Amino acid sequence: MAENGQKTEEASQRTEQDASMESKMARTNKPKAPPDKDKDDERWGAGVIPYAKMGYWEPDYVPKDTDILSAHRITPQKGVDPKEAGAAVAGESSTATWTVVWTDRLTAYETYQAKCYKVDPVPNIEGQYIAYIAHDMDLFEEGSIANLTSSIIGNVFGFKALKALRLEDMRIPAHYLKTFQGPAHGIVMEREWLNKYGRPLLGATVKPKLGLSPRNYGRVVYEALKGGLDFTKDDENINSQPFGRWRDRYLHCIEAVKRAEERTGEIKGHYMNVTAATMEEMYERAQFAKEIGSIIIMIDLTIGYTAIQSMAKWARANGMILHLHRAGHGTYTRQKNHGVSFRVIAKWMRMAGVDHIHAGTVVGKLEGDPNMIAGYYDTLKDDFVPKNAQNGIYFDQWWSSMPGVMPVASGGIHAGQMHQLLHYLGEDVVLQFGGGSIGHPMGIEAGAECNRVAVEAMIKARNEGRDYMKEGEEILKKAAKSYPSLQAALDTWGEISFDYESTDTPDSTPTPTSA
Amino acid sequence: MRIRQGTFSWLPDLTDDEIKAQIQYALDQDWAISVEFTDDPHPRNIYWEMWGLPMFDLDDASACFEEVKKCREAYPNHYIKVQCYNARYTKQTLGLSFIVNRPKVEPGFTLERAEQNDRHIAYTMRSYAAQDAHGTRYQGNGEGPEPD
Repeated sequence: MAENGQKTEEASQRTEQDASMESKMARTNKPKAPPDKDKDDERWGAGVIPYAKMGYWEPDYVPKDTDILSAHRITPQKGVDPKEAGAAVAGESSTATWTVVWTDRLTAYETYQAKCYKVDPVPNIEGQYIAYIAHDMDLFEEGSIANLTSSIIGNVFGFKALKALRLEDMRIPAHYLKTFQGPAHGIVMEREWLNKYGRPLLGATVKPKLGLSPRNYGRVVYEALKGGLDFTKDDENINSQPFGRWRDRYLHCIEAVKRAEERTGEIKGHYMNVTAATMEEMYERAQFAKEIGSIIIMIDLTIGYTAIQSMAKWARANGMILHLHRAGHGTYTRQKNHGVSFRVIAKWMRMAGVDHIHAGTVVGKLEGDPNMIAGYYDTLKDDFVPKNAQNGIYFDQWWSSMPGVMPVASGGIHAGQMHQLLHYLGEDVVLQFGGGSIGHPMGIEAGAECNRVAVEAMIKARNEGRDYMKEGEEILKKAAKSYPSLQAALDTWGEISFDYESTDTPDSTPTPTSA
Repeated sequence: MRIRQGTFSWLPDLTDDEIKAQIQYALDQDWAISVEFTDDPHPRNIYWEMWGLPMFDLDDASACFEEVKKCREAYPNHYIKVQCYNARYTKQTLGLSFIVNRPKVEPGFTLERAEQNDRHIAYTMRSYAAQDAHGTRYQGNGEGPEPD
């Protein structure tokens, strides 16, 4: 709340530029207000007062360039003023507790208090608001996703005054961003190490994901890589089970990878999942993967933010591409009113330092609105991502030359969708055709081949200036004339689509789920 | 065997018109074009020989294609590729790279396995052609046995 009328007027007269200049010159938020006895009593008297009155609601606050900004979708309980709810989120995610504490006065509390500076009603959804909150950079430890998230999605998510709360987006200032390593290698370095340019990379997850002996598992890897895929992949839940221990699996997979390289003359990789119960075991597995000559390892999101950052540092130090499978994210990213948007997870994972992350397919079997997925892909890859309501992006985000993360599209996609995949997901992506390769009626090698032929044919047509989205089926049919494997794929899966309504859609426009 | 390197290595060899169309796409993106050749196609051989300097600031694919033709005439039995380089900030890497000439016979590679302790194997991939000295590789005319 503004401390007096005059000040509010002054603040509104300031241009943002002035404020920004000012913020560069001083770390304090605003000029110290003159003493006001009544106001001090109201703020500092013992007992419980609204968060808004404690300084967590400041509608005239102009965020500093160095502030970490967050946008939260809030659903206040009946009778709770949305501004108070926004202030409560700011309070609980920074310095506040439920009652007034005099020890606040031993601190520069005006700096440390997060400030809710705007609350907008969500169009067309009654009872939901977007609360914008500015956090001073000093609230967070440098280079620690765990610390950042303990504040931003900590206690506050269980807060009773809110029915539901969702972290929609964050603006990470360059000052804080630069305290993170970022991707161990990034898209450019990965492509140069693989020596592969100008087209999506192709992969497949070995299926069945559980139960194959290491020897049989390696057979799938060999056939798929020889057939034309760039990568094969362990699934998220294959670690080291009784039917196949990790060391045996790695040894068979590297034999398959090297043999496929010899047969094709191109670089191949198998994402060796090093996910384990302890860091010590993960390091042991990663070290072994490196020693036998793997170029890539993988981890699951379930290992936690700190373990991910540790593995990212290890991956950079040891020249290993780091793939992240987002196992578990659907428990908190999918519902629109509560949890954390995947665009925030994508942002944190780019900072944490992975090289690959699964980010949706649009057309496959898993949740994904096309506009939202475009927002995730931009967040992972671009150096500047502008505010864009349609894609669910709430803030301009500069990445300050932090390398891009290669998005991975996996789950229910097949060669017959190649034009749609290229249209929605672009060129810098790993397209993973697990069932679409291994389930091919002519065998795994043929399954892999049809995907490679389809992607190359589509890129070639696009570069020739064809309207590939419109002529996609025709382009594939023509390529299939020289490749029976592609014709068989079109015959088997051509009509398969997963056309369900998305749960997580932008507020601004209704969108279809697939082409 | 057919070496699978470059953006279009699973498709049939591109025709001259198809090559020009790809070059034109690259020029339209403001990319620089260069032609490179080698008789050592190991996938870790990054530095193929440069056929002259990269061509900057061109807008007509025909001029670039002339260089492809000259390189082919000089090295008909080498691998030749067209490199399309994107100098944009945050990219500064190739946007497209594709083979436009191959030796008549591609003998391919062999995989050597050095067995070590604990079932650990050290792998080395060698190109059959690279067993001969530079200048004497890929002399075959397509007659006689091919390893694969």
